[in-house]
Amino acid sequence: MNDKFISLISGVIFGIGLVISGMTNPEKVIGFLSIAHNWDASLIFVMGGGILTAGPFLFLLKNKETSALGNQINLPKKQKLDSKTIIGASLFGVGWGLVGLCPGPAIAAIATLDPIAFVFLISMAAGVLAKKNIVK
Amino acid sequence: MHNFTPVSALIGGVIIGLSVVLYFYSTGRLAGISGIFENAITSTSQKASNLLFLIGLVVGPVIIYYLIMPNKPISFEITNSYLLIIPGGFLVGFGTRLGGGCTSGHGICGIGRLSVNSMIATSIFVTTGVITVFILQQLGIYL
Repeated sequence: MNDKFISLISGVIFGIGLVISGMTNPEKVIGFLSIAHNWDASLIFVMGGGILTAGPFLFLLKNKETSALGNQINLPKKQKLDSKTIIGASLFGVGWGLVGLCPGPAIAAIATLDPIAFVFLISMAAGVLAKKNIVK
Repeated sequence: MHNFTPVSALIGGVIIGLSVVLYFYSTGRLAGISGIFENAITSTSQKASNLLFLIGLVVGPVIIYYLIMPNKPISFEITNSYLLIIPGGFLVGFGTRLGGGCTSGHGICGIGRLSVNSMIATSIFVTTGVITVFILQQLGIYL
């Protein structure tokens, strides 16, 4: 049981959860963001299920210094809300609304072998690299 | 709400939560997908582990689509307009990294840890997403 194996297994479980939740279908995510017309509230249940499952464990484990595999635990520090978080979240929401894909489902979408999924993923990688080079 | 599927959504969400727990308990890292993606393509530290997580993220759906339910058509309805796909992908990549997280990092891990910043970030990206979809609907691009 090493770090690489656990990472792979965690990814597989996450991907299966995404498919079962229905969030691998962009149409369903657009339905959630479409509050004015034919709203589909399912995404709230996905996030709620994830938060209620992970939250108590993360709380219990929050003061641990090393993980089960012996890695140093570095949780994000409490910090003041800054303009980067606000602007970044705003831009992410616009991109999310344009297509209905956020990073997890965008990567999982490769399993469909739809060429559009590959174009989205390459564009997303370009955005990540642009941020890395523009904003220090 | 004829498309509303709360039971499968909740089960899927719990499975995602279990993945977050397994990953954090074992590796000490939070399963925020945009961060894992950034590290996989730009960082040298934990590169193999990050790449393997992303490969798993594809393998999971492959198992369901092609092994468990091979006769069920894959539900993947997406716009075919590259005028939406390319800017959309770019903004998701740029915005999640500038904002420090996505639906999993802020929405599930952050809110799960009761981080106020993550609650605010999640409220913001859901709001701008709703506004974007509303505008596209007014333009007749989405129904």
